[in-house]
Amino acid sequence: MNIHEYQAKEIFRRHGIPVPPGETATTPAGAEAIAKKFGGTVVVKAQVHAGGRGKAGGVKLAKTPAEAKELASKILGMQIKGLTVHTVLVTPAADIATEAYAGIIVDRASKRAVFMVSPAGGIDIEEVAAKTPEKIRRLPVDPRYGLQPFEAMQLGFFLYKDVKQARAAAKILTQLWAAFNASGASLAEINPLVTTPAGDVLALDAKLSVDDNELDRRPDMAALRDETAEAPSEVAARKANLTFIKLDGNVGCVVNGAGLAMATMDLVKYYGGEPANFLDIGGSSNPEKVVNALRIITADPNVKAILFNIFGGITRTDDVANGIVTATKANPLKVPIVIRLTGTNEEIAVKILTANGFSAVTDMDEAVQKAVALAKGGKAA
Amino acid sequence: MSIFIDKNTRLLVQGITGRDGSFHTKQMREYGTKVVAGVTPGKGGQKFEDTVPIFDTVADAVAATGANTSVIYVPPPFAADAMMEAAEAGVALIVCITEGVPVLDMTRVYPFVKEKGARLIGPNCPGLISPGAAKVGIIPGRICAPGPVGVVSRSGTLTYEVVYQLTRAGIGQTTCVGIGGDPINGTNFIDCLEAFEKDPATKAVAMMGEIGGTDEQEAARFVKEKMTKPVVGFIAGQTAPPGRRMGHAGAIISGSAGTAAEKLEAFRAAGMGVAQRPIDFVQLIRERLPR
Repeated sequence: MNIHEYQAKEIFRRHGIPVPPGETATTPAGAEAIAKKFGGTVVVKAQVHAGGRGKAGGVKLAKTPAEAKELASKILGMQIKGLTVHTVLVTPAADIATEAYAGIIVDRASKRAVFMVSPAGGIDIEEVAAKTPEKIRRLPVDPRYGLQPFEAMQLGFFLYKDVKQARAAAKILTQLWAAFNASGASLAEINPLVTTPAGDVLALDAKLSVDDNELDRRPDMAALRDETAEAPSEVAARKANLTFIKLDGNVGCVVNGAGLAMATMDLVKYYGGEPANFLDIGGSSNPEKVVNALRIITADPNVKAILFNIFGGITRTDDVANGIVTATKANPLKVPIVIRLTGTNEEIAVKILTANGFSAVTDMDEAVQKAVALAKGGKAA
Repeated sequence: MSIFIDKNTRLLVQGITGRDGSFHTKQMREYGTKVVAGVTPGKGGQKFEDTVPIFDTVADAVAATGANTSVIYVPPPFAADAMMEAAEAGVALIVCITEGVPVLDMTRVYPFVKEKGARLIGPNCPGLISPGAAKVGIIPGRICAPGPVGVVSRSGTLTYEVVYQLTRAGIGQTTCVGIGGDPINGTNFIDCLEAFEKDPATKAVAMMGEIGGTDEQEAARFVKEKMTKPVVGFIAGQTAPPGRRMGHAGAIISGSAGTAAEKLEAFRAAGMGVAQRPIDFVQLIRERLPR
């Protein structure tokens, strides 16, 4: 789960990380009032779960409160990578001498949380990694001991020659490590970590992603979720306990299991079609899930054919069949449907489907070919 | 023959009285697996289906029954502790089915289990099955058949799909292992390939990977350098949108974006067969089996 910059900054602040003050506004007048309160030049920053905010025009400097109001009116409502901006953060502009990067992520190769720091900050860290990898220092942290002071100092000296700044950075990294663990994060980033002309070290930006698996035991983090900042179809899917990612094609896919779901999308493409989505109904078999899955898929006007691919293990295929019948009785389908199911209670499922005017196939390749042909407006083979 | 589990497997079920645990314990017993004990704190002294003794702790269960393998069905908040408890009690093979284990928990569990010398499979995996001998986990027994092919996969139902197609074509399996798709898991492709290479009954290996990370590329290097047996590979997610399943920083740290194209290229470079579709495994494996 992603949280906003202002929420991440609040968490960083609680852990002692020096973060400039800032307040949020949802209206241009609100932004103006905050700018007036701070005085001087402020930065108006779009709060949205997408990278590249600056490039998209979502981060602007305002010299006066009137300018802050005008910029906020442009940024609020703006679309960045398909997501609408509903909130801006207004924060005093800082004088910047240097920009660095500091982050922690969980690394699957070393099976540890790993620090990454670079004196080349303020730009995409991907770009630094690609062009000047020697400017990135990595440090896997042993979970049994946590970040040790000497390790933090090594990273601090990699960022700054000046011992005072290296010490300040080491302190910030130690606080970042605490914030990362206390939040159940999978990623924590400060980009840029700046020095001011006076020599202070500050976190000008903050990014924190929380491991979805932590949310049940961290209600304080779960409460930070901002649904207005997420794609509506993905919110609906999450509420229905489904994993859904919208794509650009026209074959709507409903599959159980992430690997099989991806393999099904690949097969759609192999036979010349384009998948409209990734949708995993998961392991348990609940007709209600199927009803929700169909509702989400049929809401996409691009979908020209629906493909079910269910391999029953824990999932009972008769539950899936019942779900399809219930859903289509309530809302008759406007596009053709191809159903492939095999495994647990397959015979019962086929009976249910046949009795309700549907047909089912047992072969995955056959089903995908049919769905692709139907989506193209042809007749099923 | 097989890898990791066989007729000598003495299985202990952690969370045996839960909804999933009890359902799958019945299935595993029906398949012929020797389920010697169950653990549910507070239910020690009771019996599962009037036969399998239940204990309060894993240590008690191991001491009383000589269990050498454990399968875990406990809910996510307790899974890390369950894995560590099994390792501390001296269980040699720990299979964690639980989905949704926090990754920071796994950064602690992984080194702990290693230190105790145990093998961990999972979490978030379907477990494993040696057709005709034993089943530990949730892979449906009836889609498998004994035979010469080792199967290893990062996903659940995709494993079923491939195994089902192989069995339907008359090609059986030594052992099918689902290693799970979480960022940190106990057993990787190379561990399984190494075991299949050593297992005299395994004559060829089918391997199903996914986009993300570099495990498949490293496995391909292992195949090239260390394996004499033929391996056929598949990558799910060739059409998945980039950047949605994994953070950018994750890709950087692995030194690669973990794309399907890159993984398939590694397979080809290692002389492996490359299945474009799940059904292609049948032909590619058949061609590589000794006649």
